[in-house]
Amino acid sequence: MRSNRTRFLSVGVAACAAAALAAGCSSSGGGSSPAGGKGPIVIGTSLSLTGDFSVDGQAFDKGYNLWVSQVNKTGGILGRQVKLDILNDNSSPTQVVTNYQKLITVDRVDLTFGPFSTLLTAPASATAHRYGYAFVEGAGGGGLVFAQKLNNVFDVSLPVVNELDPFTAWLKTLPASQRPSSAAYPMADDPFAMPQVQRTQGILQPLGIKTAYSKVFPEEESAYKAPADDVAASGAQMVVLGSADVPTVSAFMTAFEQQHFNPKIFVAAAGPDQGASFTSAVGTANANGMMVPDAWYPGSLNALSQAMVRDYVAKYGGSPSGINADVAEAYSVGEVVDQAVTHNKSLDNTKLISYLHSGVTLQSVQGPVRFNSLGENLVATAFIFQWQNGKFVQVLPKGAPGSTAIVYPKPHWAS
Amino acid sequence: MARQIYQAIVDGILGGGVYALMAVGLTLIFGVLDIINIAQGILVVVGAYLSYALSVHLHVDLFLGLLVTVPAMFVIGVVIHLAFIRPLRGRERTSMSLLACYAVAIIAEGVLYWIFGPGYVTLKASYINSSVRVFGFFLPYIYLYGFALAVALVVLLYGLLYRTKFGRSVRATMQDQTAARLIGINVNRVAALTFGIGVAVTAAGGMVYGATSGGFNPNSGYDLISRLLAIIILGGLGSIGGALAAAVFMITLESVVDIWSPNWAILVFYAALVIVLTFRPVGLFGRQAVRAQ
Repeated sequence: MRSNRTRFLSVGVAACAAAALAAGCSSSGGGSSPAGGKGPIVIGTSLSLTGDFSVDGQAFDKGYNLWVSQVNKTGGILGRQVKLDILNDNSSPTQVVTNYQKLITVDRVDLTFGPFSTLLTAPASATAHRYGYAFVEGAGGGGLVFAQKLNNVFDVSLPVVNELDPFTAWLKTLPASQRPSSAAYPMADDPFAMPQVQRTQGILQPLGIKTAYSKVFPEEESAYKAPADDVAASGAQMVVLGSADVPTVSAFMTAFEQQHFNPKIFVAAAGPDQGASFTSAVGTANANGMMVPDAWYPGSLNALSQAMVRDYVAKYGGSPSGINADVAEAYSVGEVVDQAVTHNKSLDNTKLISYLHSGVTLQSVQGPVRFNSLGENLVATAFIFQWQNGKFVQVLPKGAPGSTAIVYPKPHWAS
Repeated sequence: MARQIYQAIVDGILGGGVYALMAVGLTLIFGVLDIINIAQGILVVVGAYLSYALSVHLHVDLFLGLLVTVPAMFVIGVVIHLAFIRPLRGRERTSMSLLACYAVAIIAEGVLYWIFGPGYVTLKASYINSSVRVFGFFLPYIYLYGFALAVALVVLLYGLLYRTKFGRSVRATMQDQTAARLIGINVNRVAALTFGIGVAVTAAGGMVYGATSGGFNPNSGYDLISRLLAIIILGGLGSIGGALAAAVFMITLESVVDIWSPNWAILVFYAALVIVLTFRPVGLFGRQAVRAQ
């Protein structure tokens, strides 16, 4: 009896010690599975498959899955297949925290990928930081994320505050007589949309472009018509809309048309970049002349991007022009992590963080990636795109490879 | 500035009609069943998707399509009542109905995601983007038609409630369910039909919502429900005319404040509700007043 109890106790103590050791290992430097393991590398992420960001979340889902299928076709990473562990956060900044806690502490994923939007990336990256995980993401380029000054955040995309820089640079090159004389800056209350529009206003005002309207409106579908009518009433020659999605741009376009208001320039922070989602909402003809900043488009000359576009169409169908730019942002996350893990020959998150901070330049479908101490991509290139007769084309920077002539002034509404 | 204010008032009145279309079903259901149908927002979106499906696949005009979508939504309403609301019994019925309606919303959202996916869609017709100039103001046709439809539906519902035998049964049920049973009214049947009518009316609200929003997807209903609840509370729970009056009042107020600050406009929307309820707790046309009619 006594010997049985002793044996039971010793087994229990050994089990506890093993569990404590395992917990200790996993809490320092993230993922627990060794680089030489044979099972799949599990990458955890939280995506907005439902809720306000569901269009973007599902595009991210496609981007991540496309990258996984491509990387597995070529033998995986470090000879191991890659598997995604995706949880749905319903576009909620609180649920996204719960999800990453589960991914890290319960599912014990090896690596983490970021969610969609600055709003969700900020709390999610803080959670990953607590557990020592590298947090490579593609859609958290707002100041809210970098203001946390976390060493584990790496945004592979363009910092959002600089997105409209090629646009302001182009306006500066125009003779004063050709520049629009007034501008309206309606902005959704969103950490992605506001910074770039405010920066644009700050640059254009000193150029003599009078501010006819500058207000922040709530990001609620029901609240768009009134500010849109006010912008139309202002008679501004140029509209720089701080939008975060398609319905915002679509509502403003409809209201402008109803009010017989057609600005010479209409650029939106987001929405027109969403391929078929945008044109099906506003009509291909009405999209003519609409501009949007981004770091990627389906016609990019980047060889990695062209391969991704081919693989996307093969896997999901559709046409290249219908590919959402979010797909490229997600795909780039996978590419950057792949290169970092392969270089380190290790899944150790501490080593990954050090490597990504080392100043190394990596390649992605969006172009080169090099991080500063805050995790911003220093070498990302900003482009301005425009819808021209049903095609989404790069127009700025003027003279850059792939840029075509900008349509200015914007054609009149088609319907 | 005066011109902007006039434009905001016109926008508010017309926009109020759109919200009234979405809210009358909600207030009717509350009036008869004492149920806050928090699935109303998603039901508006279901109505919008039905119009979308008819318009895209069968090329049926949006207003003409109501001849199909209204009966379809009536059937959906009756089924929801039979499956989720009617089985609820006892003192906890009202509070449990909140959970039941929430379940309906989740299920409806899931079904819409499954059928239509997460992408935004819009309703298209020549009268959505065009407008008529009246006294120097551009009035969008879709808002004019939507407002006319709202007034017509309110009149129709009043006629149904106050000029028909079924309406008398409904009003009797609103006043006292037990007494209504005692005089031979089939309260369960009245409840199911009323729920069906409330949801059927929402088909019209859904169509106009789909035509006036910048785009909708299965998740869009959640943005609507808080506003719709505020409107029917201000109008007086159970009052159909009150819903129209409150919708016009609140959207106009919001539209005018929006000229100075779009962010404050939303706050003023809800602040108006608090202020009115402080002085008139039953709302503009409160239920006691409605039931006494």
